[in-house]
Order: sequence, then structure tokens, then C-alpha cells
Amino acid sequence: MKFFVQQLTFGLTNGAIYALIALGYTMVYGIIELINFAHGDIFTVGGFFGLTVIGLIGLDRAPAALLVPGLVLVFAVAMGLNGLLGVVIERVAYRPLRNAPRLAPLITAVGMSFVLEGILFLIKGPNQISYPNLLPSGSVNLGFASMSLAAILIVVIAVALMVALSQFIRRTRIGRAMRATAQDRDAARLMGININRTIATTFFIGSALAAAGGIIYGFYFQTIAFDVGFRAGLIAFTAAVFGGIGNVVGASIGGFIIGIIIAMVSGYFQGGQQWSDVVVFSILILTLVFRPTGLLGMRVPEK
Amino acid sequence: MKRPNARPPSRIIDRIRAFELRGLGAIGRGRNFPYLLLGIGLILFPILDPDSSHVNVAADAGHWILLALGLNIVVGYAGLLDLGYAAFFAIGSYAFAILASGQFNIHISFWVLLIASAFIAALFGVLLGAPTLRLRGDYLAIVTLGFGEIVPRVFRNASPITGGVNGIIGVDQPHLPPILGWNGNFGFNPVPYYYLILIILGVSIWLINNLRNSRLGRAWMAIREDEVAAAATGINTVTTKLLAFALGASFSGFAGTYYASKLFVVVPESFSFQAVSVVVLVMVVLGGMGNMRGVIVGAILIYFIQTYLLIQLPGWIDSAISALNIGFLTKLDISGYVQRSNYLIFGIILAGIMLLRPQGLIPSAQRKVELELGTSEEAVADLGSA
Repeated sequence: MKFFVQQLTFGLTNGAIYALIALGYTMVYGIIELINFAHGDIFTVGGFFGLTVIGLIGLDRAPAALLVPGLVLVFAVAMGLNGLLGVVIERVAYRPLRNAPRLAPLITAVGMSFVLEGILFLIKGPNQISYPNLLPSGSVNLGFASMSLAAILIVVIAVALMVALSQFIRRTRIGRAMRATAQDRDAARLMGININRTIATTFFIGSALAAAGGIIYGFYFQTIAFDVGFRAGLIAFTAAVFGGIGNVVGASIGGFIIGIIIAMVSGYFQGGQQWSDVVVFSILILTLVFRPTGLLGMRVPEK
Repeated sequence: MKRPNARPPSRIIDRIRAFELRGLGAIGRGRNFPYLLLGIGLILFPILDPDSSHVNVAADAGHWILLALGLNIVVGYAGLLDLGYAAFFAIGSYAFAILASGQFNIHISFWVLLIASAFIAALFGVLLGAPTLRLRGDYLAIVTLGFGEIVPRVFRNASPITGGVNGIIGVDQPHLPPILGWNGNFGFNPVPYYYLILIILGVSIWLINNLRNSRLGRAWMAIREDEVAAAATGINTVTTKLLAFALGASFSGFAGTYYASKLFVVVPESFSFQAVSVVVLVMVVLGGMGNMRGVIVGAILIYFIQTYLLIQLPGWIDSAISALNIGFLTKLDISGYVQRSNYLIFGIILAGIMLLRPQGLIPSAQRKVELELGTSEEAVADLGSA
């Protein structure tokens, strides 16, 4: 039981990170039907933004009383910067190709992924870079087993962000504009919606959430490297597809499920850690083959 | 189905055919003389240039050209974005390495396996393609990406068969009966490999060229331009796409066999997304999707950038800086930055080409006709719109 809870905790925390990345994939796909291949690397950049802000304000050496406002500042600044990065990428690489054939922006997306990775590689080098863990270290006793406080906090932060996002999409004007644009871009434009701004907003939010995921990743694994976004992005994309691409709730649930699957495969099977990626990518292929709409997905018409 | 129905329904096809006929006429007027000269030059190259390291570089470039030609069938002709081409290359390499090495003490002849591993790679192409090719274009890209991640991991993890992380060392080399005072052993001598890949490339180019002009090739391009219209004219889109997938994969099977036997070892790390799939895709996109000449030039250019420019340039910059003797420049690690900019260069090429020159360096003649006659602008780079 103890081992199960330990793996479950591991799966939930990982799943929270994957879910935060998956939201960006699913929102962008929902609105412009583009698999934003660079999103995994946007996640990494977000993590590095967080690390830079922590270093600048010296949060890792700050007294405990300042920790909470400091963390809020770190998240806010990194998420804002990363959001802007997402907007810039959309403006430079995707908007000029918005009416081009589908695969053209997909290829530029692969290119942008390599540009981001290349820049990080140039600045930060090929090695793992250590990341301070600013989350509390205690654990909570559940009676039958104990769960680390950090893990609970991570899940709470992630779920709070997800709820905020879904409320934002459901209740605000911009959220309604996003839904309208996703449904029918031309009709939305005729209704007076500024399409470019709506799409830019989508990229901003998706990238900001990825930055939150990147910082949490840093805290949890206490290390980050220029290329962590490739694998994390691919797994998160699997989560988005599994949950039903274009569906925000689906992406969140998918993220947690994939995280738990990885944790269980790694924990309960001999050599499972090596095979967990194979399992995840097989889930990706099987989902696309047998249920392309995912768990909660909408039906995407051919063409 | 009646024969004319298999053709794309567009008026443009007539114009393309007229263009091709003009091209054929030009061959009669000696337009392929430069190619003849190039061919002779390539054959004489190892004799004219006694530096065997140069021949070795050329022989290594050969399998990249082969990979780019194979991927061009899938991406350039049929318009299916394959982000996991490395998987088929890995399958070809491992198929050869397992069946021709000390791993299980099986030593099947290189020449048999050259064909066999192409079939094995094609078989996996069909296995992956059959259930997934009806997916939308961008979903297919992700499926292939997933497959490209799975295959090297399986090879890495299945250590009893594949040697795990260390791979398979001691892969067999090809043998020929002794001729002209040469004992027929390829060994580590690059010259016979060079001629081998030259022959393979020559045959492949001839084959692909004929394929492209065949009914199948025209069906690929019809699907690329408009899948719905192609289906409406009676093309079986699933079979046609599947054939593109399988044939594309089979060329990476050739390349894999050649690569494994020349290198003497196979390790799972050499088949990653970054090491193969993206590199070959960059070659195809840079050169000009759908144009063989362009793709070959793209492959050579990228290979040159990767194996020569990026390795030599830091040294040149260092010596230039020290010759100029400017203090602050020596403190900056410029050569180090250049050395590490591989990813960045690939990214800029991919994104830049798609944004600025989506037709590539040497655009395909058919697409140029489409451009000049201008039926629709979006058809120019229309790969897999469905």
C-alpha cells in the first residue's frame, strides 16, 4: 500500500506537469488546428525563465517569510515572459502560414522547436542544470500512508490553474471569443471578433501554463536541461490526444492518467522505467487508430 | 477502373505533361550532357583523389542521399509528413546487424540482406501505415513521430536480441569474388563502399524517376494536391498512400544495411529523432520537396554543413581571431558557440524555408509550372491538405 501511494503520488505530480503542458497543445489545436510542435520547448524555456527570476531576486536564499510572495512573483514573471514568447512565435512562424496547407506550419513548428532548443543549448550548454526546490519538504500522514506536502501542493497549484482556465474560457468575453473562433473563424470574424488577438491570447495562455509546468518540473526534479521539453512535450501531447484534443478538461484528465500510467508501469514492472515511454507512445498510436477523438474529444471533421 | 480516370482531374495535368514532353525533347538535344559529365566525374573520383578520407566522406554522404530520396517519396510525392523515418532506417540497420554478425552467429550474405532488409523495412511501413494512413495529415505526422520514438527504445531495451545500449559490434562486411587483383573484401576500405553506394544511388534514382512518372507516381501527386478529388477520380487513396509509405521505407532499409556494414556497429542512439528523422526532413525540405535533384543537393548541403562546416568553422574562427589579435574577441567563446549551433541552424533552415521559400532551393518542375500558370496559389506547397 505504501508503495502504491508513493507511485500514485509520483504519477499525480508528473501528471500535473503533463496536464499543464497538454493544455497548451489542446488550446492551440482547438483554435487553429495546429500541433504546436514547439510547445514542449516553450515549456523548457518557461522553466529556465523561472530559474532566472529565482536567481535574480535571490529567492533560494530568502527568509521563509518571503517565500510565498516570492513564489507568486516567480510564477507571474515567468508565465508572463513565456506567454509573450508564445505570442512572438505565433506571430513570426505561424500567422504568415495560417491559410497555407496544413503541413507547412507543422514543419515551421518543428523548426521553431529546434530554434528554441538551439538557443537554450547555446546559452545553457548540454548539461543538467540544478534547480532549487522551494516547495516545503514535510509530508502529510493519511493514516495508511503518507504523502509529501510538495506533491500535494503541486497538484493543488495545477488544478487551481486548470479550474481558472476553464472558468476563463467559459465565463469571460475573451473566452467566448476563443470558443467562437475555434468553432468557425470566418463567422467569428463577421461577428466582430478580432481573430488575430484571440489566437495570440490563446498562445499567451498556453505558453504561460507551460511556464508554470516548467517551474514545477524544476522544483520537483531539482534539475532542468535544454532538451527536457522534447520528451515531456511528446508525452503531454499524448495526454492531450488521449483526453480528446481540443478539449481543455480532457487534456487535464489525460495528463493525470498518463502520469499515473507511467508511474505504475515504472513501479510495478521489471525494467518498467525503460519501457514506460514505449507504453506511452503506443497509447498515442492506439488512441489515434481506435478513437481519434479521445476520451472527451469533439469530432473533428475531415478537412 | 478505366485508365484515364486514374489521372488527377485538373487541366493543369495536361500542361504538366506538355512541360514534361518539352523536357524529354530537351534531353534529345543533349541537355543531359552535364549529367553524363557528372557521372564520369563521380566514377573517376576515387582515382583522381587518392586521399581515402575524402572518398570515405563521399561514401558516408551516400546513405544520407539515399535516405533523403526515400523520404522524398513519402513527403515530397505523396505529401505525407513522416516524422519517424529514423524508425525504418533503424529497422533496416538492425535487421542486417542481427542476421549478419556474431550476435547469434548468423552470417547471411550482405547481398541477400540488402534486398531482404529493404523488404523488412517496407513490411514495417505497411504494418504502421495500414491502420494509420486514413488519419488526417497532422495526426499521421504524430503517429510516425511516436513510432520513431518507440523503435529505437525497443532496440535499446531488448538487449538479449539487440545488445541493448552497447548495440551490436562486429557487423559483417560485404564480400565479392576477387577481381582485377582486388581480393573482394570490403573491410574498412572506403573505395568499394563508395562504388557500392554509387551503384545503389544510380539504380534508386532511375527507379524513383520511373516511379514518379508512372501511374502510381501520378496518383501520389494527385493525392498530395487534393485527396478528396483524387479519391473521386477513382484512386484508391489508402493503397496508394500505403505504397508510398512502404516504398519510402524500403529505401531506408537499403540505407540501413549499407550504413550498418560500413560502420561495423549499430547502436540505438544513432537513430534518434534529432540524429536522423529531422536531419533527413531538413534535407528534403531544404532541397525542394518533390524534386529529386533538389533533394540530392539538399542532402549533400546538409551533410556538408554537419560534418565539415560545423566542425571546421570553429577552428577557422579561432585562428582568424588570434590572427587579428583583438583582445575582447578572444575572451568570447565564439568558436564554441558555432560548434554548438547545430540545432539552431536546423531550426532556422526548417522554419525559414517554409516561411520564405516553401518550394525549397530547387523547386519541383511541376510545382513551378503550377506557379507560373497559376491555377491556384495554395497548390504550390500543398502537401497533404486532407
